This record gives sequence, structure tokens and C-alpha cells, in this order.
Amino acid sequence: MVAVDAHSTTKVVVVATINGEPVQFLAEPRQTLLECLRDVLSMTGTKEGCSDGNCGACNVVMDGRLVNSCLVLGVEANGQSITTIEGIAPVGGLHPLQTAFLEQAALQCGICTPGFIVSASELLKHNPHPSEDEVRFWLSGNLCRCTGYDKIVRAVMHASDIMRVGH
Amino acid sequence: MDNVEYVRPGSVSEAVALLAEKPGKARALAGGTDLLVQLKSGRRQIDRVVDVKGIPDLTEIRVNADGSVLIGAAVPCFKVYSHPAIIAGYPGVIDSVSIVGGIAIQGRASLGGNLCNGAPSGDTIPSMAAAGAVALIAGPSGNREVPVAEFCTGPGQTVLHPDELLVAIRLPAPRAHSAGHYLRFIPRNEMDIAVAGAGAWVALDSHGVVTEARVFLTSVAPTPIGVPDAVKAVVGTRGEDSALDAAAAAARAAAKPITDMRGTIAQRVHLSGVMTKRALAGAIARARGEHVPGAHEAHRVRTNGAAH
Amino acid sequence: MTTTIDRPTSENAATRVISANGGANIIISHGDYNVVGTRPVRHDGVDKVTGRATYGGDTRLNGLLFGKVLRSPHAHARIVSIDTTKARALDGVHAVVTAADLPAAEDREVDLGEGGGNLKHMSDNILASDKVLYKGHAIAAVAAVNVHVAEAACKLIEVVYEVLPAVVGIKDAIAPGATLLHPEITQKSLGNDTGIHSNITKHARHQLGDPDAAFAKADVIVEREFTTSMVHQGYIEPTNATAMWNQDGKITIWSSTQGAFAVRDSTAEILRVPVSRIKAIPQEIGGGFGGKINVYLEPVAALLSRESGRPVKLIMSRAEVFQATGPAPGSWSKIKFGATKDGRLVAMTADLYMESGAYPGSDTGAAMLCIYAPYKCDDMRVDGYDVLTNRPKTAAYRAPGAPQAAFASEQVIDELAEKLGMDPIEFRLRNAAHEGTRQVHGPLHKKVGGIEVLNATKEHAHYRAPLGTPSPSARRGRGVAYGYWFNIGLASSVSISVNGDGSVTLIEGSTDIGGSRASIAMQAAEILGISAEDVRPSVVDTDSVGYTGVTGGSRTTYATGLAAIEAARSVVAQMKARVAKVWSVAPDDVSYEHGSFHAGTHSMSFKEAAHHIEDTGGPITGTGNVDPQGHGGAFASIIVDVEVDIETGKTQILEWTIVQDAGKAIHPSYVEGQLQGASAQGIGWALSEEYFMNSKGEMANTSLLDYRLPTAFDVPMINTVIVEVPNPGHPFGVRGVGEASIVPPMAAVANAIHNAIGVRMHALPMNPGAVLHGLGVI
Repeated sequence: MVAVDAHSTTKVVVVATINGEPVQFLAEPRQTLLECLRDVLSMTGTKEGCSDGNCGACNVVMDGRLVNSCLVLGVEANGQSITTIEGIAPVGGLHPLQTAFLEQAALQCGICTPGFIVSASELLKHNPHPSEDEVRFWLSGNLCRCTGYDKIVRAVMHASDIMRVGH
Repeated sequence: MDNVEYVRPGSVSEAVALLAEKPGKARALAGGTDLLVQLKSGRRQIDRVVDVKGIPDLTEIRVNADGSVLIGAAVPCFKVYSHPAIIAGYPGVIDSVSIVGGIAIQGRASLGGNLCNGAPSGDTIPSMAAAGAVALIAGPSGNREVPVAEFCTGPGQTVLHPDELLVAIRLPAPRAHSAGHYLRFIPRNEMDIAVAGAGAWVALDSHGVVTEARVFLTSVAPTPIGVPDAVKAVVGTRGEDSALDAAAAAARAAAKPITDMRGTIAQRVHLSGVMTKRALAGAIARARGEHVPGAHEAHRVRTNGAAH
Repeated sequence: MTTTIDRPTSENAATRVISANGGANIIISHGDYNVVGTRPVRHDGVDKVTGRATYGGDTRLNGLLFGKVLRSPHAHARIVSIDTTKARALDGVHAVVTAADLPAAEDREVDLGEGGGNLKHMSDNILASDKVLYKGHAIAAVAAVNVHVAEAACKLIEVVYEVLPAVVGIKDAIAPGATLLHPEITQKSLGNDTGIHSNITKHARHQLGDPDAAFAKADVIVEREFTTSMVHQGYIEPTNATAMWNQDGKITIWSSTQGAFAVRDSTAEILRVPVSRIKAIPQEIGGGFGGKINVYLEPVAALLSRESGRPVKLIMSRAEVFQATGPAPGSWSKIKFGATKDGRLVAMTADLYMESGAYPGSDTGAAMLCIYAPYKCDDMRVDGYDVLTNRPKTAAYRAPGAPQAAFASEQVIDELAEKLGMDPIEFRLRNAAHEGTRQVHGPLHKKVGGIEVLNATKEHAHYRAPLGTPSPSARRGRGVAYGYWFNIGLASSVSISVNGDGSVTLIEGSTDIGGSRASIAMQAAEILGISAEDVRPSVVDTDSVGYTGVTGGSRTTYATGLAAIEAARSVVAQMKARVAKVWSVAPDDVSYEHGSFHAGTHSMSFKEAAHHIEDTGGPITGTGNVDPQGHGGAFASIIVDVEVDIETGKTQILEWTIVQDAGKAIHPSYVEGQLQGASAQGIGWALSEEYFMNSKGEMANTSLLDYRLPTAFDVPMINTVIVEVPNPGHPFGVRGVGEASIVPPMAAVANAIHNAIGVRMHALPMNPGAVLHGLGVI
């Protein structure tokens, strides 16, 4: 049997906080955070659409910022706090964005939806009352092929109204 | 992706040593938005990734006593465009970092990374060059400084030796009645690589006459390039149409683009002129104290009185 | 099996205009129902907004291996040899397969409903046997412990090619002396084998009357040529498949597909195993648009599983999706229309060339049925030509072929109207097809809503709104376009089972790409007299439901809806019999109305009746099996305002309104969603999307960076008008909606650009460089 290569394939222990819970996992340096979430931790809510930072399906929040997890190495997550789609909803309920997406029919196939919801939740943290243009600019990194974005933008703006009133 | 070794030094000297150990086979990792794409596609093959985000000099923004600003090479775009000193003093740089690749990319991508990637189409390089930025480099044999305008030497090539590390970028203290503006042309409204882009900076005297200017183009040559003739065309003027048209013509003459999937030579030459004129007009207006929105604020065109 | 169609109970109810979101979403509604026409939250919604839903790429199984495919770097080459020795020896590799592991495929046609074709071609497209015909063509595949090892193993497979000249475009392919992709194929023309060896594999024609002579009657003739570029459906979820070839010979497949039965049947044909040995389990699907009907990875995963004894999962990279699935063809159209000075079309001819890619079979057939369908004219002819090119085998993309044809024909219509000084909608109204109009291929239009769509377009506030003031270096313009898609039927099967609490489970086989679970459940709920929330729909595998055709062709709400209605009626009939037992009356004495059973003074709700099931004879299930012929075509039209920057050539979409006849919108939100999604795809197809190929047949823009899908920042809100002209072939009047909407967008944008800057755009995409060229700036 031929060895893969001369370099060490030793895995590294990564210690992070994911959705508020302490997590430890093993990762080869070459595994992206996306791969670690999906294949190592079995958290398949975060999706892969392009692998090069152009579609936003892999959006997570790391250290308080929206990032493309396909362009973060799993080992870089060490010591970081990460939020994925699995951590957006409060226990036993839904985030106002999730409710708005459902009520406004802002999803069709749904593959882009986790990325949009993570992205939009960060938008509303930074800008609780965005204009339509501000919503569209923020979400320009999240591609959707099914909806034409109309109902997504309406859902985000509706959620921002709900959240401001404190429901 | 091939296997790599991952190391995370805590100091510049440690990082330099780790790069020097594997000349040409180690690469600094800041935001990773270029490097990881290259590693995953096999376009770049290295043995060691040196994560520099644990080094304070590379991750901080510091305003010096003389008003100059040091931006660590690994500082992500979002920190740059949130910093009050940069917002106040370098609107052209703000233009650039606000449109790099979308919000999630801006959460990681850095000015330093954009510069070291050395792409002919780097969005932040013309605005940094126009602002008079200087790159601060550390290496095994000591430190050196290179103007950003001279940093790139060819597509993907820079002045950095394989064992050197870009530590920070220094922006000169902002002067009164001066401002920059960066505009790029892309086919969509965001997420694209520039087909052509122009970064301009001007300083005005108390009569509104341009006393100094810098103009840099991106995506129309093997590296971002300066256009001295465009500078000549506007210095001594108030930025009238005739002056701006002359600057545009100079930009068209200076552009040496290729035809590729993002644009043809003819298109890029033409756009060099259009973008230069618009970037200069915006810089001059800002230097006069007018508000000129960045591309991220002004791109969408709205109808008047539409049927809603 | 015949299906009884009742007339809609509210057929004569007045048409109402329902408006939402400040007039942005309008329904010109016909028929008033309890559940149908409402907007319940979709049943699978919570799983999808929380990330819990399992898509094909999420499939997890014990012992799973990961596969990667080795693909040809050449657009056209003979395979001389393949040596997999080094790959097999790599640590962590469990299986390596090539075409040698497939049974020798027969050169015969297979019918798989929508999809299918020549078996040898299908098999060769899965793993190339003697030739590679496009860059990205699969050569071999590896299964390993992880995807990185599989990739490394692929690099160790040694292939020797004899490179052949690449034929990249339609005009290259039909030029005299062009290299033939399939030298053994002879051209079929007008039903006959011509014996000619050509890259044009098929020529078909439809004709009414004598258009060549009829041009003499025209006062105005417009003759133009147009080209469109190859584009991709652009689904965000990459193509995937997981398979387990069990030791007992049974094969299980999990994939994201538009049709589990299509997966089962085509995989069975390619692997030469009986369908009874394959179970296809559809996972949730992240977009298809016609591109996930054919199989690409399923047979490969099965072969790798057979060799390794483990389940194997393959997921394409984005670059593989572009290069190795089934994009929509590029086209070359020659159009000539003539009209009299009072605005009547008197003669129409069209030559439509479309690329089929590496193997024969393109979309010209469908395009030929749609191009003239919106219009009445006694003398028309359309010729369609299928052209082989060294590109991936083309596949369906939402109304396949019709959008390319409409880009051409609707601009010529626009130009005729302009030359005659007529309003573009008035011109179309004057020539509009309606019920009874003869179509170019012979049949008469059944009841259709084209005129209603045009009237709704003309009356929309958008059409009257001022264009507003453009930026200094820009010009504004408005354009309209009109189009048709015939929609299809195909077979579906649904089973409904009643629960003791009065809810029902509904089993169906239509994979849910756009919310169809909800609309099917709603149709059953309407018949059952219960709420949509009391129906629990499930999309199940091929062992668990009767044969169901693909989710495509705009058939699902119509045909699977019909099956659900039939199943629901059976349930109601059985419930009546049970209620009759409870009341000791004859079943015929029991009526069911407004959710209640009645007999004399007795009454009982559905829920109450459900409590009695156990005591009155046990389980109640109803089944509906349909293969309906009553599908109805749909018309769509679009108004678009653009602003074109004449210094940069860039076009911004300012305002967009799409009007479409849905027959009856079961769930209006998801009908609006189809119209809006197709509009955005049309905007991308119009302005920025194309396969950028070099002369060697290599696609340069294989990433979503340079294959430019519209982002949220590129499109405005999309106004919708749903017109409801009921289809007599469905109890609620349903017409398919998924496809007509993508037929007019590119022509509408082109007409708007022309209105803005006076330039006719003859090629797609109308990107900034093309507009600058059209303006004469470069």
C-alpha cells in the first residue's frame, strides 16, 4: 500500500463553542470548517453550494461575524464561538426570521434557506431596521435560484418589524 | 485538498522563521478567502499554512501620534470599514473594503491578503496606492518598507520574498481638503471581480484647485498601475469636464489589458476612461466636503413613481 | 384509467381581484374554495428553516465511503487506455470503476417519460467507453475513506488519449468538413433517414399553409437572426447520489432527484438489472429546474458500492456541475415574420438550431411547439435542427427550448409592432391565439387564457407608470414579451390513509422542489372537507407508492393533485359507507358537504366519523392512480423597465411585472414564487449568464464567481399577477405554472433595452460589453 504522502496527516484537536455548547473534535488541517461541521460533527444544516465563497449556503457566525465556513479551516475554529443554523432557533420555538420565512413563503427548495437565515440574523443585529436596499446588499452574498429573492426580502423586513416591536 | 501543516505563531519573528523554514512551500494565512480557494483547487501547493491572526501587530489598527494609521495585514475588511479614523480620513479605502466579495467575505478578507495575493484585479490596491499607502515588511534579515504602488510585480507576483511577512499597511495622515474615491465596473452589482477599476485621490487648495492627485487602475494591466498623465490632466484644475475627459483619455492610453472571460481589451480600455473620470469626480467632490456615496450605498437604481 | 372530472363547484362565481403587498401581488381569481387558494404554512417548512431537512448531500449511513469522478480534460478524444493500478494501491481506496464495469450498452431507445433516449449514449455519458465528447466527461470513479483520498486517487489514474479536434459551437458543427462527433449516426430529416453523416442529427418541421407564398400579402416583413449562449439551470445544491449494492443484489439509492422512479428506471437500464432490484429513495432536493431528471452519479455510486461492499456517496463540485451535468442549449434562430398594415400576422417562418451537446436529443421539439402558440396565423412553418457539439449533453431547463425561441420571435414581433406604429400589447392582442386556434403542429388550442393574460398586462399600473428620470449617463426604456408552455400530464399515484383523530396521511411520489407537498395536500383537504394542516403529506420511495412521473413539465400540482383528488374521493366514499353503518342507513342516503356527513336528521363531522373507523371495519385508505390527458397550457407575459448606462453598457432592472395564467392557484404564494423565480432566472439568462468556452471546448467560468447568477442586489421586487382561466381538465382548474414564466423574460429585457437605447440585441447574454458593442462604443 502506498502512503498518502510524506506529510503528517495527524489530526488536531479543536476546542470550540458551537451554538453555546462546548465541543471538541478532531480535524486534519486541510478540512474546512464546513467539512468539519457536516462530516465530522454531523451538523448538516449548513450546506455546501460552491466551496469558494460565492453562494453563502455555508454561512455561519464565527467570533461574532458572518463568514463562509467553506473558506475557514476547521483548525482555525479553535477557541472560537460559532453559531450555525442549528443554533438560531430558541429552544422549543423559532426565530422570528424563521417564522417570517415560513409565513411569507420565502423558500421553495430550501437549500439556501439556512444560509439566508444565518446571514439575515446577523444583518438584523447590526442594523435592526434596514431598508430594502440595505437588505439586498447584505444578502448579495447569498444566492437563491428558486425565489427571485422577492419573498426573502419581504420576510427579512417583516421580521425586522416584529423584532423591533419585541414580539 | 492536499495535506498541509497548520501552525499559529504568536509573534512576527516566529512567523518569519516558520516561513523561512519552508521557502516557497509555506504561506501566511490571514482571512483565507484567496488562499483556501487556491489550495482547494490545486492552483497553489504548499506544505505549511502559517496562521498569522494570533500576532497582535497583524491584527490591530493603530492611529499614530502623527495621524498616520497602521492597519495590520490580517485585519479583516469589516474592522477597517468600522474604524472611525479610517471612515473619517480615507473614504477611498472605505469604498474598496466595503465592496470586496460580499459581507461574509468581508468578515475575513484583509487588505494585506488582497495585496499579497497580487491579483491584477485587486479591489483594495488602487485605493491604497492612491492614498499613498506603504507596506511594512518583516524578514529574516530585517524590516523594510515598500510603497503599495510598487508592491505588485506581475499577476500573482509581489516584491515579497518567500521568507518575508507583510506586517502592516501604513496610510499617511489625512490632509485637509483631500479625499479618495474608488469605483470599479462589474457586470452584476456585487460579488464580481472588477472588469476595470479606478482609485483616485486628490488634494485641493483653499480655492478648490487640485494641487496633488494620484490615479491607479486595476484589472487593466498585469498589476494595478498608476496613471501619471491622468494626474497631470487634473492638477491645476478644478476638475472641470475637460480636465476629467483628459484624465480619462490618459487612463485609456495607459491601460494595457488582456481579453479574458471577464472582459475584452476594447471594453477594458473604454472602461478605464469612464471609471477614472467618475473616480476623480467623486474624489474632488469629497475633497470639497460633499458626500459621495460608495458603490455599496448607491448601486441600486430606483424608479420614480413606480406602480407599487 | 379514466378520471372523472367534476365541474368546479364555483365555476360561475364571479371573478374577483385579490391584492396583497400593496398591489405587488394580484390574483384575478376564479372560483372560491375553503382550502384551495389559501396560504397555509407548508408542511415541510419547519424542517427546512431549521436545517433539519435531509438533502441528498446530507445522507449519512454506517460505513459510508466517499467517491470522486475522474473527468476528461479534453473536449473530444479517443480513449486509448486507462490504467487504474496506482489508484487502487493508494491507502484508503476501496474501489475504482470504469466503463468496463458497466454492461455493454445496446444501441436502442428507452422511454423514461420525460427523460430517456439512446441507451448506449446514456451509458457512455455515465462513464465514457471509447470516446470522450466534452471536457468533464466521466472516465473513472474512485471510492475511498474520505473525499480527499478519493481525489488523490483520481490523480493517480493514468489515461492515454488521442485528442481530436473540438467542435465547440453550432456554426462550427454545421460547417462543411466539420469533425463529426458520431460518425456512425446518419441524419433523420422530416421522418426519413437521409443517409447523410452530419453533426445535425435531426431535422423536424411543422407547417400550416404556405408561408413562403403568404409573405406576398405582407406590408411589413421583419427578418432577423439571433443567437443565445449555453446556460445552466444553476441549482444551488450540487448533483449527488449515494448507493448501496447489497450482498443480496438489491440496490438502494438515495439522491436529490426530480423523480425517484426516473432514477430507478434509468439506473436499472444502465446497470442491466431488473427494476425490482432497485429502490430509489428521494432525498430533499435543492433545486432542479429540469437538470436533475437525468442520472449522472447514481449508476457510478452503485458500481463503486458493488466493488467495495459499502455504501458510497458522490457529490459533484460546482465546476463538475457546470461541466458534467446537463445545461440548456445555446441556439441560433432565423426568424421571418410578415404582417399587414392593419397589424395582422400573415406569414411566419423560423429556423431553430439548438445544440444537443455530446449526444443527440435537444430541445428543438418543444421549442417548435411553443414559438407560434401565442399567435393566430394561417401560414406558418418552423424547422428545428438538433446539432451535436463537444459540450455536455444538454438537458431540460424549465420550458426547454421555448425561452431561446421566444428571445428571437418576441423581438421580431416587437419590431413589427414598432414599424406599424402599434402598441406592442395591442399588436399581440390583435393576433392572439385562443380556444380553437389551430397550432402549427395541427391540434387546436383548448381553453386557454392568453387573451386574459394580455388584457391583465395592458391594464396593470406598471404599464401606465412613467419611466422616471434616468441618471445623467443613462437611458430608460420599457419592454413587453409574451410566451407559452404546453405543460404535460404523466402518471401519478397517491394514497391517503385516515387516522383515528380525523387527520389523514397522504403518500405521494412527487419530490418537492417548490412547495408541491402543500398544494397536493391542499387539494386532498378540499375534497375531504378538512384543513390543510390535518393532511400529513410524505414524499416516499419507489417501493412505497405507485409509479409517479418526474416533478417537472409543470405537471405536479396538476397530475399528482388529480391523483390526490381521486384518492380523497375514494376515502369520502368509504367514510360514507362507515357512517351509514353507524346510523344504520344505506350508504347512498349519506351525503357529504361542508365537512359534514348527513342523512336525514343525522350529521357527523369528518373528525367524528374518523373515531368510528376502528369499529366499523378497520383501516380506510384511498388510492388515486392517474395518467391524465387534460393538462392545460399556460401563457405568461412580462413588462420590464430598464435603465441602461450608455457609458458602461450596464443594464439595471428597475421594475418587473409578470402576468401568468395558472388556471387556479392552489397555494398562491408558491405560484407567485414560481413566477418570481423564473423571472430572476430570466434576468440572469438575459444579462449575465453564459458558458464562456475557448476554441478547445474548455469552459473558463466554472465557478459561481464568473458564472453570474443574479444576486438579491441585482433584481427588484417582482410584481406578480395570477390570472385564473380554469383548465377544464382539472376539478379546480389547475394549469402548470413552473415553466411558462421563463419563456418571455429575455425577450422582454431585449425589447426594453431597444426602447431605451434604440439598439436591437441579437445575442444573449446582453452583458455590458455586448451593449457597448451594440451602441458602437467599442
